[in-house]
Amino acid sequence: MTQLALVIDLNVCVGCHACVTNCKEWNTSGAAGALADDRPYGEDPTGTFFNRVQTYEVGEFPKTETIHFPKSCLHCEDPPCVPVCPTGASYKRKEDGIVLVDYDKCIGCRYCSWACPYGAREIDEHQKVMKKCTLCVDRIYDTNLPETERKPACVLACPTSARIFGDVHDPDSEVSKTIRERGGYQLMPEWGSKPSNHYLPRRISHYKIHPDELERADNPLKKEDYQSPDLSEPSLDDVTSW
Amino acid sequence: MQPAFSVIFLTTLIGMGQGLFLAIYTDQVYSLLNVLPQGGKSQFYAIGSGIALILLSLGLIAAMFHLGRPERAWRAMTQWRTSWLSREVIVLPIFMAFLFCYGAIHYLEWNIQLITIGAVVIDLSVIIGLFAMITASILFLSTGMIYACLKFLQEWHTPLTVINYVLLGSASGFTLSTLLAALYSPQSVNFYAGWTIVISLLAYLFRYASLIRNKRLRPKSTVQTAIGVRHTKIKQKAMGFMGGSVNTRDFFHNKTKTTILFIKHSFVVLVFYLPIALLAFFLLWGITDLLIVALISQSLGLIMERWYFFADANHPQNIYYQSIA
Repeated sequence: MTQLALVIDLNVCVGCHACVTNCKEWNTSGAAGALADDRPYGEDPTGTFFNRVQTYEVGEFPKTETIHFPKSCLHCEDPPCVPVCPTGASYKRKEDGIVLVDYDKCIGCRYCSWACPYGAREIDEHQKVMKKCTLCVDRIYDTNLPETERKPACVLACPTSARIFGDVHDPDSEVSKTIRERGGYQLMPEWGSKPSNHYLPRRISHYKIHPDELERADNPLKKEDYQSPDLSEPSLDDVTSW
Repeated sequence: MQPAFSVIFLTTLIGMGQGLFLAIYTDQVYSLLNVLPQGGKSQFYAIGSGIALILLSLGLIAAMFHLGRPERAWRAMTQWRTSWLSREVIVLPIFMAFLFCYGAIHYLEWNIQLITIGAVVIDLSVIIGLFAMITASILFLSTGMIYACLKFLQEWHTPLTVINYVLLGSASGFTLSTLLAALYSPQSVNFYAGWTIVISLLAYLFRYASLIRNKRLRPKSTVQTAIGVRHTKIKQKAMGFMGGSVNTRDFFHNKTKTTILFIKHSFVVLVFYLPIALLAFFLLWGITDLLIVALISQSLGLIMERWYFFADANHPQNIYYQSIA
């Protein structure tokens, strides 16, 4: 059974928000209608975003690590937002496991946003329906796009390749491999929602540099048969005429 | 959670309507079994049913304001297999229909006698009332379970949520029925007053239990489980945006701790202490004005209690929205 999801590599995310802006752009110009975007250059901007990048500081100053943390709908395998919807607008697709909202059925009662422990669902203030990350379902199946671009907008936008897209139920896919090899984990596992999006942990590589690696034992400048020229002897500059 | 007044009014008004009907029906059943004096109470039952219907309708109208797209509200009945909200939306009109029939039968005095078992005469209103009582119970359960089924809202995820909703709705309905009885059916007013005190005391007990339980709760979600980083000291530095969003508006009450404590203590006094005392005084001295004060106090207190119930819940998504910059 296919379960499409994202794997987000916290080791390389630099918090540039390219995924945020690209997601907003793609979903604003798509067929489903604009996302709310009030007073974007004004005093009190607000709006609906599917993907947000947050920043956390681990440790205590000055010994800290900064972690940039993108968060969007995690497309849970057991989504708590689906059974609570009274109209059936919130549903999980059987063919690829993407959790979607049917904007024609949603009544905007907000019950699903109460039911999501990750805060992934937002009500669009203008359209008055609940909206969330669609995993760019309109991109990944669009045959008008070239094969390499049939990925979510955020994945294509990331300059550090921190976002990987694939089928987490397929053990040979790139996402499954990274989860296995690099200890990918789920968020808030205590609630049993089994989110499909995984995160790869921060891992700083330390290299031990030995002093004898800095200086070669057989330094050619110190070989016996080489003698540096005597400084009292005339140099080429004294002999040549140019 | 940010308390929405439309939902607060919905739950309190519906609860009171259901409680009122349950009070009247209990009176009728007791009269049937000759525990209470019979006869001449049809108009009182009709008035009570009418007022209950008005309360339920007002609650329904209040609920419509909570929806983003009320024109599609009929779709809310389709997912009764999984959603408690859907079940509530189905049962509420059914209950109102039974209540309407019950009230109409009493008002028009169409009470046909159906079965006679010994000295007990079961008529049409008793049967309709039985169905109404069953649907009222399912409605109480559904409305309570809407909140209790969300397992990570730990303050709500307990059977106490449903129990409290039933008892508080019943208590408010019984208080209203006591006042109505004082005006329209004085011979049964002591019955109502007595039961109101009993139910209010039970409601106090269970609400107090849930307050103690919630005070002792330890959150299961921490910032460590929220972002999956295993370190004892993690602080959010930026939530990713400076303007507000649904996540910062809908999930927190934005009031100070002092305000919350004030509301908590106020509702305990207004919903339990004051009405129970006033009803006890009424039983001793029979002054009807005390009942009016008790009803006003309890109704106001119940609005505050519902507000507090909503504000009390800590949604785990708040862990992700702690710091702007």
